[in-house]
Amino acid sequence: MSTLWDDARRGFGDIWPAMLAAVPIGLLFGALAAGKGLSPLEVMIMGALVFAGGAQFAAVELWATPAPIGALVFSTLLINARHVLMGASIAPKLQGFSRGQKLLGLYYMADENWALAEKRARTHRLTPAYWFGMLAPFVACWITTSTLGAIVGAALGDPRRFGADFAFTALFIALVAAFWKGRVTFWTVAAAGLASALTYRFVGPPWHVLAGALCGLAAAWIAAGDREGAVAEPAKP
Amino acid sequence: MTVDPLNMLAILGMAIATYVTRIAGLALAGRLDLSPRAQAAFDAIPPAVLVAVIAPSALATGWAETAATAAAALAATRLPLLGVVAVGVVAVVGFRALG
Repeated sequence: MSTLWDDARRGFGDIWPAMLAAVPIGLLFGALAAGKGLSPLEVMIMGALVFAGGAQFAAVELWATPAPIGALVFSTLLINARHVLMGASIAPKLQGFSRGQKLLGLYYMADENWALAEKRARTHRLTPAYWFGMLAPFVACWITTSTLGAIVGAALGDPRRFGADFAFTALFIALVAAFWKGRVTFWTVAAAGLASALTYRFVGPPWHVLAGALCGLAAAWIAAGDREGAVAEPAKP
Repeated sequence: MTVDPLNMLAILGMAIATYVTRIAGLALAGRLDLSPRAQAAFDAIPPAVLVAVIAPSALATGWAETAATAAAALAATRLPLLGVVAVGVVAVVGFRALG
């Protein structure tokens, strides 16, 4: 019982910096959505049902009246395609989860809580208490701040003045550092960054996420291969 | 406080699309028998995805954002999560003021 509580508290202890970083993002999202004519209630429902920051921002960018449902769903699918790989990577680490816990837990798998869970799984067994201790406050925070943003809307002013729009980028850089494994990671990051930025420039969103992720994986595959070739020979007698 | 039926339909469509991507990995996971090289590529998924998401704002927005990215990356080698966020935000405000 006490380990359950400890794990839930540890989950909260790991997620709160990400939660803090998500506050201005949520407010910004709500304000942008309100600008496109979405009501605070609609923003709240979207936050609770979709819960995918990147896809939600892209959707608001595309939003019009009447809603272009096909384009919105396709963009969401494309931006969230990375979840398939993320889920495949985290799924074997959810051993202590019941089927229901997996199905509910994965409903709210986002970049931040997934990355923290992966980080935790490197040194500990992932428990449902940890996972949901991390998830519940994070989801509540996203719904609250985005709804608040939609209500307050324009009164907030330009979030760029406070550099709040950059918090998300800085947070992701810190998370990348947590996954650093030397040379292979370097080539992964270089290829993913370059491919994503170029695709964004010349093709446009949401393709940059897919292109960047795939090029990063390809780079890791290549870099890992030539390391094996170079190291395997002297290492094994 | 209204909900437009068409907007609601769009939100539901987005929710279903998102959930499908989130649970698809469950079906995939058991069936992958990975070579060491494929394992390395698989381990690279987290940094590859994270970088792909932020690259436009980090590299394709302006010199102030790119410089702040460099500052945050440097900070990431020695500071904890929130410290890196603080350095990034302060740096971007500073560089934007200069530019």
